Amino acid sequence: MEVKMTGIKKSFDSNSVLRGVDFDIRAGEVHALMGENGAGKSTLMNILTGLHKADAGEIVIDGKQQLFANPKEAEDYGVSFIHQEMNTWPEMTVLENLFIGKEIKNKIGLIQTKKMKELANQTFSDLGVQLDLDKDVKDLSVGQQQMIEIAKSLMTNAQVIIMDEPTAALTEREIDVLFKTIHTLTEKNVSIIYISHRMEEIFKISDRITVMRDGVSIDTTMTKETTNDGVVRKMVGRDLEDYYPTKHSKIGEVAFEAKGLTQKDRFKDITFNVKSGEIVGFSGLMGAGRTEIMRSIFGMDPLDEGEMILEGKKLTIKNPSAAIKEGIGFLTENRKEEGLVLDYSLRDNISLPSIDGFSKYGIIDTKAESDFSTMLMKRLNVKAVDEFDPASSLSGGNQQKVVLAKWIGIGSKVLILDEPTRGVDVGAKREIYQLMNELADRGVAIIMVSSDLPEILGVSDRVIVVHEGNIAGELSKQEATEEKIMKFATGGY
Amino acid sequence: MIDTKQMKENKNTRISKDFLGKLGPLLALVVLILLVTIMNPGFIAPTNVLNLLRQVSTNALIAFGMTFVIITGGIDLSVGSTLALSSALMAGTIAAGVDPLLAMLLSLILGTVLGAVNGLLITKGKMAPFIATLATMTIYRGLTLVYTDGNPITGIGDSFIFKFAGRGYLFGIPFPVVLMVISFLLLFVLLHKMTFGRKTFAIGGNEKASFIAGIKNDKIKIGVYALSGLMASLAGIIITSRLNSAQPTAGTSYEMDAIASVVLGGTSLSGGRGRIVGTLIGALIIGTLNNGMNLLGISSFYQQVVKGIVIIIAVLLDRKNKK
Repeated sequence: MEVKMTGIKKSFDSNSVLRGVDFDIRAGEVHALMGENGAGKSTLMNILTGLHKADAGEIVIDGKQQLFANPKEAEDYGVSFIHQEMNTWPEMTVLENLFIGKEIKNKIGLIQTKKMKELANQTFSDLGVQLDLDKDVKDLSVGQQQMIEIAKSLMTNAQVIIMDEPTAALTEREIDVLFKTIHTLTEKNVSIIYISHRMEEIFKISDRITVMRDGVSIDTTMTKETTNDGVVRKMVGRDLEDYYPTKHSKIGEVAFEAKGLTQKDRFKDITFNVKSGEIVGFSGLMGAGRTEIMRSIFGMDPLDEGEMILEGKKLTIKNPSAAIKEGIGFLTENRKEEGLVLDYSLRDNISLPSIDGFSKYGIIDTKAESDFSTMLMKRLNVKAVDEFDPASSLSGGNQQKVVLAKWIGIGSKVLILDEPTRGVDVGAKREIYQLMNELADRGVAIIMVSSDLPEILGVSDRVIVVHEGNIAGELSKQEATEEKIMKFATGGY
Repeated sequence: MIDTKQMKENKNTRISKDFLGKLGPLLALVVLILLVTIMNPGFIAPTNVLNLLRQVSTNALIAFGMTFVIITGGIDLSVGSTLALSSALMAGTIAAGVDPLLAMLLSLILGTVLGAVNGLLITKGKMAPFIATLATMTIYRGLTLVYTDGNPITGIGDSFIFKFAGRGYLFGIPFPVVLMVISFLLLFVLLHKMTFGRKTFAIGGNEKASFIAGIKNDKIKIGVYALSGLMASLAGIIITSRLNSAQPTAGTSYEMDAIASVVLGGTSLSGGRGRIVGTLIGALIIGTLNNGMNLLGISSFYQQVVKGIVIIIAVLLDRKNKK
């Protein structure tokens, strides 16, 4: 199937999101669609699949003008969209999920399980994937759930599959499986529109790259003919002097020490330290136990063994409240679920961990609270009208700054940042790195968990690699390379 | 990129939406009052208004407590039974010769404890609020029946303080109404001006994020349910005094009117959003409906239908506003 979108324009209210976008898809190619958050990628895809109507422009499929009234119509025609948030029914089996709403029935309306199983098995073997059809979806990994979505779109005879950040929650191994599946699909002449922020992947998997910025398609190039820097420059619209800002902070005494931290079946004998002014990167595959370690340090989950020392004092941390009192801050990996109260104002969000400090006899001094929030918003360059804007109205990058403001606000001595730049656009990423450096300058000890290898290498003073719940290795900034980290992370020595 | 002008516009719509959302229930109340007055001018006679306010007071007190519970995303079905049990204890102890003031205090303590038990089941027992309070609703009611042996407790005596609680007047205003206004003011401050209230909202808005922000979710929740129990027993004192007896079936299905008042006031049943002023207005709407329809001679059977329809309309309008 060949799709050609030309001159697509779209406004919501008075906000013009797309201002003339050209985009085309050839049969059997993987076409990467890139751009910062808010560049208009999702809107463009929603127009293609009929969720939104374009104000101007045309869509031509195989030489014929096409306008889908809704996503269902697009799907029937062979264009399906696999969203970042998957629509699965966790309590139902793989088979039930595959056929939901499309069950094969006989004349009197009874479901033909046998026929459905045959078709499902056929589809999975086409994909080169093995899955137990009778398993409940809640017991599957995210990667396996994604395979269900892909299988679903194949069963509707999809010719174009749109994948929105498909690897966001996958492990390295699952990514490999996904990429193999994508190859199988392209061999069958199915086209993939691949939306992702991960530069490495784009270069590994795509044939062509289209970059969008501020609602305009900047250009489309063959992947072979461009470079990482070239794409970033187009996305940002300016030269990045240096992607990772240089860090000058003086590394001081040991601030935080963990000794033999153990949680049964999760991680074992985790011993490390962080010095004041230092950024320690925690690398490893997804599911290696990095997040679990951090959650335990912060008192969210109990430790079975081990002790923690902060500035020479032994800590007992039973809950986050105790951790905060000791001066530990924790930016969690999913800001929407755990970092923010989305409906609430920026002020209420920023002051939440320190609210007791703004009150006398339990009554809140809202003036002081507002001043405090606006001060932090200014310092972190949060883009909003005022402190009363709801957190949900901000872009990902600005939301992340708000979460950071919370933890800076309590005067954290140790700051744990779990995937601090996930889902954050390139410009805001750099601002966050700069902020981390500034905090380090002030003597804050920073622990950064990240699955982004270039980020780990670019930001950390020291790298600790976790493999299956154990510390597999530790590398200084000078020693650390992608190869060495991957070797530790995959269990090789 | 959203430009500054766009953000300013967003802010303006944000403010006007807030305004509409806050004004909606009040507007409904005003329209309702006008309608009833047109059909029967006797409605706004001072005696009837004071009468109406007194009728409203018990439901309003329970609904105030319920507001906190619902903002955390919970529900308290046990308020009616809590009311009955604490009322029975009070009547029983007075009848046994205990000082009425002390008996009232005991009743309030019992209500608080019964509420705290709900909170413990929900937090430490990790039970869904609906299930936990459904269970305690029947348990507390059962205990009331056991304690009273199924009969009303009478012969409570005629001490001034006991009579005053439900039947007294302060500067011509029924004491239950005074109690309602004082409770409203105190709880308004607690919910909107104090850290306890802020934390209550935060739990309803995002429980995980609150926990990570160092809020002791369990402590706050237990407090919120205890408050609900306290308010139910306070309403119980008024009812006991007015009836001059403790009825084993007192407060049956009171939770429904309380929940309806909270919802009419614009508080979201999914938690995280709400206002106590709204609850007061909601309680007044329900009170006006009851009182007005009585005045107009509408059969109590129809009254139930009308009340239900009003709730549906209110929620539908509220949803439209939020879009």
